[in-house]
Amino acid sequence: MSPRALLAEVLLRILHPVLLLASLWILLRGHNDPGGGFVGGLLAVAASAAMALTLTTAEARQRLPLPPPRLTALGVLIALLSGLPGVFAGQPFLTHLWVTVPLAVTELPLSTVMLFDLGVYLAVWGAVGGYCLSLLATVEEEQ
Amino acid sequence: MLVLTPLLVPLATALLCLLAPPGWQQRVSLAGALLLLLCALALAGQVVGNGPLTVVAGGWPLPFGIEFAADRLSAALVLIAALMLNVVLLWQVGGSADAAPAAATLQPLLHGLVAGAGAAFVTADLFNLYVWFELTLICALGLLALGGGLRQLDATLKYFVLNVVGTLLLLAAVALLYAATGQLNFHALGAATAQLPASIALPLLTLLSLAFLIKAAAFPFFAWLPASYHSLPAPVLALFSALLAKIGIYALIRCLSDVFHPAPELLFTVLGWIAVLSMISGALGAAYHWDLRRILAFHSISQIGYILLAIALASPAGDAAAILFILHHSLVKAALILTAALIFHACGHYDLRRIGGLYAGRPWLSLVFLLLALSLVGIPPSSGFWSKFLVVRQSLVQGEYLWAAAALGVGAVTLYSMLKIWLEAFWKPHPDESWQDPARHRLLPAHAALGGLVVLILSFGLLPESLIAYVMATADSLRGGS
Repeated sequence: MSPRALLAEVLLRILHPVLLLASLWILLRGHNDPGGGFVGGLLAVAASAAMALTLTTAEARQRLPLPPPRLTALGVLIALLSGLPGVFAGQPFLTHLWVTVPLAVTELPLSTVMLFDLGVYLAVWGAVGGYCLSLLATVEEEQ
Repeated sequence: MLVLTPLLVPLATALLCLLAPPGWQQRVSLAGALLLLLCALALAGQVVGNGPLTVVAGGWPLPFGIEFAADRLSAALVLIAALMLNVVLLWQVGGSADAAPAAATLQPLLHGLVAGAGAAFVTADLFNLYVWFELTLICALGLLALGGGLRQLDATLKYFVLNVVGTLLLLAAVALLYAATGQLNFHALGAATAQLPASIALPLLTLLSLAFLIKAAAFPFFAWLPASYHSLPAPVLALFSALLAKIGIYALIRCLSDVFHPAPELLFTVLGWIAVLSMISGALGAAYHWDLRRILAFHSISQIGYILLAIALASPAGDAAAILFILHHSLVKAALILTAALIFHACGHYDLRRIGGLYAGRPWLSLVFLLLALSLVGIPPSSGFWSKFLVVRQSLVQGEYLWAAAALGVGAVTLYSMLKIWLEAFWKPHPDESWQDPARHRLLPAHAALGGLVVLILSFGLLPESLIAYVMATADSLRGGS
């Protein structure tokens, strides 16, 4: 392993959760503004990759919610499932439904599109992230 | 919703296989394959009973939404794909007779391959078709690379390079067609292309056909098939031969005979000669080789030639012959590959020069091989006979005597290479005198899978009327008819 960059390591331990929160924010923001599951997923990948670069790939892998192949599969499965409520409502597959949940002072808009986007987010994180970590692991081995 | 099951069921099964705990993977996989078969049967029943089914994903208005449509052609091919998946998974249960090595990604990739094929058969959108070609390509690459040995990676690279050229051509053709017409939906695209001047339509359709011909392993683009198929374990190879080239052929029939009908005459003439050359080069390649799998791979090219010839006749009867031939070839070639795997299991080798003496020890296996080989050659009353009969008769009816003569001549060469397998593997004594027939444990699933397939092929050959009626009605429903 190359000489440790202590400053970057300490900083990354703090930044990693912040980056993940930012990726979630981009995921949700994509509902009405630029952003969404794909971009959010890529930012999550960036968080994992930064972790792998400053610390180790093993550490970065540990901080994924699931092993990469499973994370990808879960994401695509969630995206597929988001198409089903429409079918049960008598509409074609992938027809999306919106509901607004009234809360005390405001209201919470929910939709199956969000579920779809969450699936994309997880799939991108799992697929690109897993690929990235495997590549970085080969670099690590060489050093 | 039924229209989408050829995509959704295998895709969901592939994902669940990845998520399932290790002990459950095979159960999930088998359950998904069975469900797919039921859905395919229901789909075929619906389509025959009530006509084509369509659904537009997300309920978007046409021509912007992505439409999925299942007609008789789609339903038949989906059914074959589902059937072959079940046969292959059953074979894999035993884990012997050249079964694929148990890897965590094997079952998801098999289902992914079928999902791509199934979706390609039911999509009614040209760009969407390209997407499913990509999915099958990726899953096929994963399956080829399983094991990760030098031989596997060599085959994977060759397969990848040659197929990616086809995929890129397809993408270019789709993009150019979209630029020329502004449409991607099959109906809208067909109508818009008919308005184009021939000087634009002909090159675009040529490019599109070229891409499909590469996928279909036609002459002179077939190099990827013999370069990669022989490195695969038998059940995976059986699924490949039943699905991969067939997707290209399906796309060719769909585009030339249905979506872009009437396609330019010149395309069909060129296709006819490509078909003749595919038949001849495939049969000669098969006659030259000694490895069982290579012989069967080259045969596939020759048989694909017959199918292309039937398409090149550009008539409903020709299309009917092509569709019947696809069904026949998917079943018989897969069964022969599985038979070869049993030969391999008994003798320990695929090379004909190193094996022999099977007739004495394995009379049933010999009988099965003989039946399948005769069917491939086209001896009556077998499924191959009816398929070839329709092709040759229609060529003669349309006055294409040279094409018909080529088809008959190639039959003789096919007979030669099948006889070679028979003489070498079954008739001659085993070259190694110390050879003994190995114990036959864990072969039951393999025998059951092959037995079921053979029964199906025999009934196909002995009772062809209903099937021929089905493909005739299918061909009549193409070309904008319904």
